[in-house]
Parts: sequence; C-alpha cells; structure tokens
Amino acid sequence: MKTIWIITKRELNAFFDSLMAYIMLLLFLSFSGLFTWLIGSDIFLVGQASLRTFFSVAYWTLFFFIPALTMRMIAEENNSGTIELLLTKPVTDRQLVLGKFTSALLLVIISLAFTFPYVITVASIGNLDQGAVLGGYLGLVLLSAVYISIGIYASSITNNQIVAFLTALFIGIFFQIIFDMLAGTFSGLPGELFHFLSLTTHYESMSRGVIDTKDVIYFLSIILLALKMAENALAKRNL
Amino acid sequence: MDIKVENITKSYGPQKAVDRISFHVKTGEILGFLGPNGAGKTTTMKMLTNYLLPEEGNIYIGGRSLLEEADELKKHIGYLPENNPLYQDMPVIDYLQFCAEIQEIPREKIQDRIREMVRVCGLNQEKHKKIGELSKGYRQRVGLAQAMIHDPEILILDEPTTGLDPNQIIEIRKLIRELGREKTVILSTHIMQEVEATCDRILIINKGQIVADGTAESLSKQVQGQELLHVKIEDGDPNEIYKALQQLPAVALVDFMDRQQNRFEVQSKPEMSSRREIFRLCMEKGWVMTEMIPVETKLEDIFRELTMN
Repeated sequence: MKTIWIITKRELNAFFDSLMAYIMLLLFLSFSGLFTWLIGSDIFLVGQASLRTFFSVAYWTLFFFIPALTMRMIAEENNSGTIELLLTKPVTDRQLVLGKFTSALLLVIISLAFTFPYVITVASIGNLDQGAVLGGYLGLVLLSAVYISIGIYASSITNNQIVAFLTALFIGIFFQIIFDMLAGTFSGLPGELFHFLSLTTHYESMSRGVIDTKDVIYFLSIILLALKMAENALAKRNL
Repeated sequence: MDIKVENITKSYGPQKAVDRISFHVKTGEILGFLGPNGAGKTTTMKMLTNYLLPEEGNIYIGGRSLLEEADELKKHIGYLPENNPLYQDMPVIDYLQFCAEIQEIPREKIQDRIREMVRVCGLNQEKHKKIGELSKGYRQRVGLAQAMIHDPEILILDEPTTGLDPNQIIEIRKLIRELGREKTVILSTHIMQEVEATCDRILIINKGQIVADGTAESLSKQVQGQELLHVKIEDGDPNEIYKALQQLPAVALVDFMDRQQNRFEVQSKPEMSSRREIFRLCMEKGWVMTEMIPVETKLEDIFRELTMN
C-alpha cells in the first residue's frame, strides 16, 4: 500500500513539475466550461437547472484527454530504462501499475473538483436534481478510471508514447461509440451483448441518477481486466 | 549475504544469452564479471536483481531462493543498471528521497542517508539540479547513490565507472573496495585494470558460459603454462651465450630479442624454472647478467585467449 502511494506521489509531482497537469486542467476546464455555459446547446438554451450538458461534454473531453495523460506513464519508463531501476527495487509489477493508475485518477478527480462551482451556480439558478449530479460525477470518475486503465495498458505494451496514445484511443473508441452503433445494427442476442458492452449505456443511466450495481460491476470489471493486462504486459519485459 | 547461482539459463528467441551458469560469491567478496560485448554479463545481472526471470536454474541469496522470496530479498540488493537510467526531470535530492522511501528506510533516517550519499558520492554542488542537467559523470554518481542509499548487503554494479574522469574512477574504486569488506559486490566491466584493482575474484564469460573463474594470479598461471624470461647478459659473445643457454637442461627455447644488446628471450620447459641455471652459467663463464625479467601473462592476454575463437 505504502509503495503504491510513493509511486503515486512521484507521478503526481512529475505531472505538476512538467506543466502537464496545468495544461490538462486548463484545457479540460475551458472546454467543459465553454460548452456548458456559452456555446452550442448550453444551459441557457436548454433552460433547465441541470448539468446534463456538462456531463455529456466532460464525457467526450475526458475521452481524449486521458490517453494523453496516460501515454507516457509506462512507455517512457520502458524507453528510458527506468522501469528496470524501479522494478529491481522492492516494487512489484502490480504495485507499479496501481501507483500509476491512482496518480492519473487523482489528477482527473482534481480536475473534476474544479468544476464544483458549476454545481453551485446551477443550484442557485433553479431546482437541481442532486441525485443526477452525484450519479453524473460518479459516472465520470468511473469512466475516467476505465480509460485510465486502458491507457495504462496501451502504455505498457510499447515504448513509444504516440503508439500508446493511439492504441488507447483505438481501444477506447469501441467502448465510447462503436459498441453503441453495433447495438443499433444487430438485433437479438448480439445486439444485447453490444448494448451491454457499450460504455455509453452505462454512463447515461448513471448520469440520470440511477446507480445500478450492474453498471458499477461493468466499470469495475473493465478496469480490473485492463490493469491485469497491463501487469501481464509488464511481466513480459518486452525490451 | 552470499549469492549462489545454480545453472541459470536465459534465451532471447533461439539465441541463448546465458547458458547454464553457476557460481558462488561469498560475503565480503568482490567479484568481477568480464566478457566481450554480448557475452551475457548484463543478462546475468538482470536475473540476479530479479528483473528477468531465469528459464531454468535458481538463484539463492543468503540461502533463500530469489524466485520465491523476491520481494523480501530485493530489499538487500543495490543495483546500478547498464546505461544508468534515471528520471531526467527530477532534482537529485528529490530522486534520492524517492529511492529512500521506496526502499522502506525509516522516515527519521531518510535525511541522514541522503546526506551521507551526497557526501560519499560528491554530489553536494549539484544536489538541487535536475538529473537531466548533470554531466555524465555526475549522473553516474547519482546512479551509485541510489544503489547504495538503503545500505544494501549486496551491490550489483553494471559498468560502474563508465563516464567518470580518472580521479573519480580512483575514488569510486576505493569506495567499492571499502564496501567490499562487508558487502557482497558483483561488478561488470570491460576495463582490465579495474578488475585487477578492485576485484578479489574474476569470472570471465563468453557466449553465455563461464570460461574462467579465479583470482588474477590463478588465472594467469592457468593460461601461462611455461615460464618466460627476458635476459640481458653482457661481456660475452652473443652467439656463444645463445648456444650455452640453449644447452641448459631446463631451457626449451632461446630467441634473440636484440643481438646488439645481448638480450634473449628464454622459454623454460613445462613445469621447470631455468632462472638458477642461467645465473650459474653466467658465474661459470664470467658473464655479467644485467637483466632478468619474468614475463607475466597479463589479464588482457588471458581475456583474449579465452574469448577469441
């Protein structure tokens, strides 16, 4: 546990030292703020005291930002050889993967925390559905965790950050839209299967305020699977 | 803690990088790994530090299997990998702090250990700089500092003196010698003087196999079968001396090195020494011997002999 936290701390420091964290925060907040308040079908156009717009904007911004965040995590260590230094210390492959995962998740949670003023503002305009807000935030955290674990897996199979970024996006796009589209094309069992695999389905029901154990299990199983795959990729030591 | 390696094998694809290597390093011994590029030195070290797992065989550290108790045993190992990879954008002091924490050094001792490492490795001037801004020599010192920060009982150093200037090399060798009194040190290098200056024992590896194992002296004896002398004998006719030397019972072969200066190369018969006979011969004939140099086989020659095919 302690080892995981030490790795997390180092990663977070690296984020904040290299401006990565600030750029990420700035871009995330300006995108989500812009679309929530000023452009497109913003809150004033919809005319409802609801954060639905914010949640659907954040859904897409995080989809693109997270791979950019996770791409260097293991790929860079593979490339520079520091992975060898780290894994020959009393650190297991699993602790390394979990440490990286936690640091990225914390950074996303920090970014999300900065959007709390939106909640307060909207709540002061009208009657805000608190369940939907809670569910929406939980959905965003779980969705981020899914993309972070996929991103870390993508980063663990290569020593090239660009390859890691593109691989993460490629895997992510299936969960983000392709499964959803396939669910519409197929009927019967395959249709249901794709419907279940689609992340959109689970995220949307959550951001409506319905927290179903089925959805939570769905998110958690993808996270665990991707992290386990990252750990296995690391264990191969593909130099 | 001693290290016992039993028949470890590791291959990359069809090529065997390490082929059934076994050896034993005692506590307080400094073992030098020698071998041409691609001989399997680095792969062996990676297995000793549990970065790579051997396909066959086992490694015992202090009598415990590294494959079974890796997490516990890794705490006793300090490792400086080849090419010394480091986090370029971390300041030296933060990096040492990170290493100290991850090695589970008690919180109250961390600052002392960092100060000690900064002093021992001469990093005081550079401790607040980012590692990426340091020169190669300083980076190497940071690499050594991180390897030693938790005061490990075993040190595994892959080419520890590359990139250092001559003064630093001498300092680091001295440091390794000092450490080697209580700790078990394995170092790899391709610098022969380094092995001779620092190591108690030498292991020469070629094509994944151990080709020689012993002290510098025992290795030279092993290779050199016959005694070789360079002699200079004055006050006599070169040809006459040549003939007289040739007739000595222990002498196998005489050669002129320099006819004008009466210098000869004398090779003795196997397991015999001709030094006394040559001396007596000079006494008898009234010649003056001004030089007699036993030619030792250097480590370089041993290395070349064992690793060239």
